[in-house]
Amino acid sequence: MLALIGTVPYQNLPVISGEVLIKDGNLIIGKETFPLRRGFPSMAGAAAIVCAELGLSPPTAFTVGDTGLGDGSRRLYEYLKNRFTDLPAKVITFHYLMPDINWHNQVFWAIENKSERPILIADAGFMYVAKMSGHASSYDLFTPDIGELAFLADDMAPHPFYTRGFICHEESNVPTLISMAYQNENASRVMIVKGEKDYICRHGKIMAVIEEPFIEPLEAIGGTGDTLTGIVSALVYGGYTIEESAIMAAKINRIAGELASPTPNTQVSEIIIHIPRALSKVMKKNILTISR
Amino acid sequence: MFPFGFSKKKTSKTEDGKTSDRGILVFENTSEVIRAEDTLKAKGWKIRVMGPPPEIRKGCDLVIEFPLVEQLNILRVLEEKKIPPIEIVPVNNPLMKPVDLLRTKNYGDYIMVRAANMKMTVEKNTLKIVNISGGGCPDVPYVSDKLVGKTLMDVPSPKEIGHTLCAYALHMAYEELKKKCSL
Repeated sequence: MLALIGTVPYQNLPVISGEVLIKDGNLIIGKETFPLRRGFPSMAGAAAIVCAELGLSPPTAFTVGDTGLGDGSRRLYEYLKNRFTDLPAKVITFHYLMPDINWHNQVFWAIENKSERPILIADAGFMYVAKMSGHASSYDLFTPDIGELAFLADDMAPHPFYTRGFICHEESNVPTLISMAYQNENASRVMIVKGEKDYICRHGKIMAVIEEPFIEPLEAIGGTGDTLTGIVSALVYGGYTIEESAIMAAKINRIAGELASPTPNTQVSEIIIHIPRALSKVMKKNILTISR
Repeated sequence: MFPFGFSKKKTSKTEDGKTSDRGILVFENTSEVIRAEDTLKAKGWKIRVMGPPPEIRKGCDLVIEFPLVEQLNILRVLEEKKIPPIEIVPVNNPLMKPVDLLRTKNYGDYIMVRAANMKMTVEKNTLKIVNISGGGCPDVPYVSDKLVGKTLMDVPSPKEIGHTLCAYALHMAYEELKKKCSL
């Protein structure tokens, strides 16, 4: 099972779970339908598309409504804590959740009690709390952008909003920030640092830099980081190594963006529809180099 | 022993291992602390009253510890009750200040401002908010849904409808865009 965990921005939606499918341009989770907007729907949608293209079983999503008050996140944390032990998940991807160290740790220890260790991927709010909890290095993959990387690099920052000013957020400073994040044990084993160039690093060493195609407007388009996380989650679930998945996902995300001919006005749903073609292009090029 | 390679070498950056996601509300006097405590507890927040750390040189001899990420929502509630704190700081380093560096990028007909982890992009001619990217707290998609597609003049500020530090960062980008667009 590829388990995808995160909140959606609706009030009063209880915790729901179910297979993730794309139908008529919408995201379907169990019996609920969501528009493919930025955030968890984009992440889950991208993962579902890649799973379908690779002939894998669909991901299973666990979600709840939360508009930022944290009430939904806490209900989801509690639900997960009580179910993780029996969940047959090979890969678990955590996404938009209210950062809360106590709840993070309860979920984290519940995962630790599983008989088989799943691959753990974290992005967005759950990546923030994974760092704050001191357990970042137990995660397999984080997908920060540069602002978030600066937060990981700053040992003291409790949230990206409090990243100290001397920690430079510039693209040219990414290798230094990567080193700082790993030195302070605030990084996952592998990271994809999203930006003008995507840096794939493992244990502090930069393994690859993906910079083509360079589609400048993508940075402005909300949800393009979410799609990257969804794509890489599905590839890891498909059996590719985390590093290879990260490299392929960065390429797929860029090519899907290119195929959409975007402007800063483009919405992520217009990019998601190009993921199958982008996946196909990258798979053709990479098929002989990927170890499964 | 911890199975699966998990280690428990550290659980937090602070001594008790569980407080680095907390902030401190500093008030002018003890009476305000008591009123704020009653207000926040009545709303269901897990807070505690404690002595201030030595780095804090303002306010009275009591402070309130609270979940830092929910700062925006808590501040709004206290302002409604007319007991705003005189200072808000993170527990693990009370000298830390919010990010104040804003970065602007021009995309021809569009302009983007980044504050910390949040980015807002506006069409220059119409002042329409065309995209909001970055962030990780649950109100980011919610605020985006409310703002994207509308003009800077027609939307509530992210500070009004958001609840978290991500919304606070987005608010800074919003204010900077208004300044740049002379609103």
